[in-house]
Amino acid sequence: MLVDVNNFYVSCERIFNPRLRDVPLLVLSNNDGCAVARSNEVKALGVKMGTPWFKIQDLARQHGIIAYSSNYTLYASMSDRAVTILRDICPDLEVYSIDESFLRVEKIALHYGGIEAMSHAIRDRMQRDLSLPVCCGCGPSKTLAKLANHLAKKNPEFNGVCDLNSLSKSERLRWMSRIDVGEVWGIGRRLAERLRVLNIRTVLDLRRADPKQMRAGFGVVMERTINELRGVSCLSLEEVEPPRKQIIVSRSFGRPVKALSELRESVSTYTARAAEKLRAQASIAAAVHVFIHTNPFKENMPQYSASKSIALANPSDDTRELIAAAQHALTALYRPGYAYKKSGIMLIGLSDKSIQQRSLFDDESQRSRSSQLMTAIDRLNRDYGRDTVTWGSAGIARHWSMRAENRSPRYTTRWSELPIVH
Amino acid sequence: MVLCAQSMHIDADAQCVKSIHYRVKCGFPSPAADYTEDSLNLSEYLGFDKPSVFTFSVSGESMINAGILDGDKVIIDRALTPKNGDVVVAVVDAEYTLKRLVRRADGRFELHAENPAFKPIQFAEGQSLEVWGVLIGVIRKCG
Repeated sequence: MLVDVNNFYVSCERIFNPRLRDVPLLVLSNNDGCAVARSNEVKALGVKMGTPWFKIQDLARQHGIIAYSSNYTLYASMSDRAVTILRDICPDLEVYSIDESFLRVEKIALHYGGIEAMSHAIRDRMQRDLSLPVCCGCGPSKTLAKLANHLAKKNPEFNGVCDLNSLSKSERLRWMSRIDVGEVWGIGRRLAERLRVLNIRTVLDLRRADPKQMRAGFGVVMERTINELRGVSCLSLEEVEPPRKQIIVSRSFGRPVKALSELRESVSTYTARAAEKLRAQASIAAAVHVFIHTNPFKENMPQYSASKSIALANPSDDTRELIAAAQHALTALYRPGYAYKKSGIMLIGLSDKSIQQRSLFDDESQRSRSSQLMTAIDRLNRDYGRDTVTWGSAGIARHWSMRAENRSPRYTTRWSELPIVH
Repeated sequence: MVLCAQSMHIDADAQCVKSIHYRVKCGFPSPAADYTEDSLNLSEYLGFDKPSVFTFSVSGESMINAGILDGDKVIIDRALTPKNGDVVVAVVDAEYTLKRLVRRADGRFELHAENPAFKPIQFAEGQSLEVWGVLIGVIRKCG
């Protein structure tokens, strides 16, 4: 079963501010760039996910759309609470994203008198305890559970709950014939376009495609997706989050940045943060990828976008080595005279630190000292708050950091920002 | 100095043998060793560890006779079903208000302040009263 919170960020904002309940509400991405969550009222006005905020200012004025900066502290705190409750109902759970969890329910549902009754119990509990509206979708595979969730969300007749097993086969196929193939879990925009060329337009078309044949053209993931659509479960619950294959840290700047020195500070900060994540999952990186670009929406301004990867002599998790590589890449990328909007770094070629292969020139004692230093720094930053120990090249003033002009209070995590009751 | 000893203990009922490891300290044993407990856990006491519990900051003096002052932090549980006489957070005119829930003789509910300067909040026929959560604690720092 997939449990998914409806319009999660918007729903979080509404919990603590009753004035927002019936108004068209929008949450903007980092830096107030584009729409990342929309209330149903905003969706009805035709605003698409990812629309840049400046493009809908007129519409916003006309219809009284209210836009909030994203308040990730609040959303993460509410997500934790939601997962605690779901785990209490069903311990066999995989957190898939900030607002989605997969549950293995076949046994536990019996105590509730069936999947439908259990789904409604989940919905009632999330509403009562957290004031969060959720939809439950259920099926014999994760891909089908995700599809069922989509049905439950988009079609009011399901009342927020859709169990594909409870539908007759003809009903199931009829629903599949009405949904675009792009809605299938793992089928992105580009893949959907390629499938349309083959006349595979709906979920049903894909389900009817031959998995073996499709594997030849699209790879093993496609074969698995088709089998999952046919009700053969190929993806198990991942109860523990698997280590990431790459780590990306990037942000848009609060204002255009022109100087190399400021870009350097941002790249160092992101690298330090990424290195911390790298060590937290006990991995080492083989290469550092740096990218910078100007604002593509400012069409009248000169545009520049570039990226570069630097391979490390030895895979490493040492912030100093990673920053040095990132700075090296940045120096090669930088062109003066542009107003940069965003920079980012990606650590790639990740592998398990414990099975690290050493090169001929590797210095063992140096490695272990580096390891001790990094552990000590991570502990200080964890115990005394982020940025207790920071890197010289990361700068102190950070004029370029994120813009969040209309962020709501961090209602659940700060004593000074609690909601007010009269 | 620490000695390690191992004794065999036979469990007659289960008909199996358990081994027990224990350490014997040479020297005077602390008389309190068997009585140590974790220190007081405020979060557990106040009910903070439940996901349905939220904290609000009080503004105004409408509840002073219930011992709730301006600036107090109130702990609210959404999982509890409100009963007659509970202090609750309710939604009135798109704002959160902290009042006592009172059922009148005719069965209708009202919200009462605990301060004679405030009038009860009444609800007309057909108007609904939304209770957001029930008060389970008050926090105040002194000085």
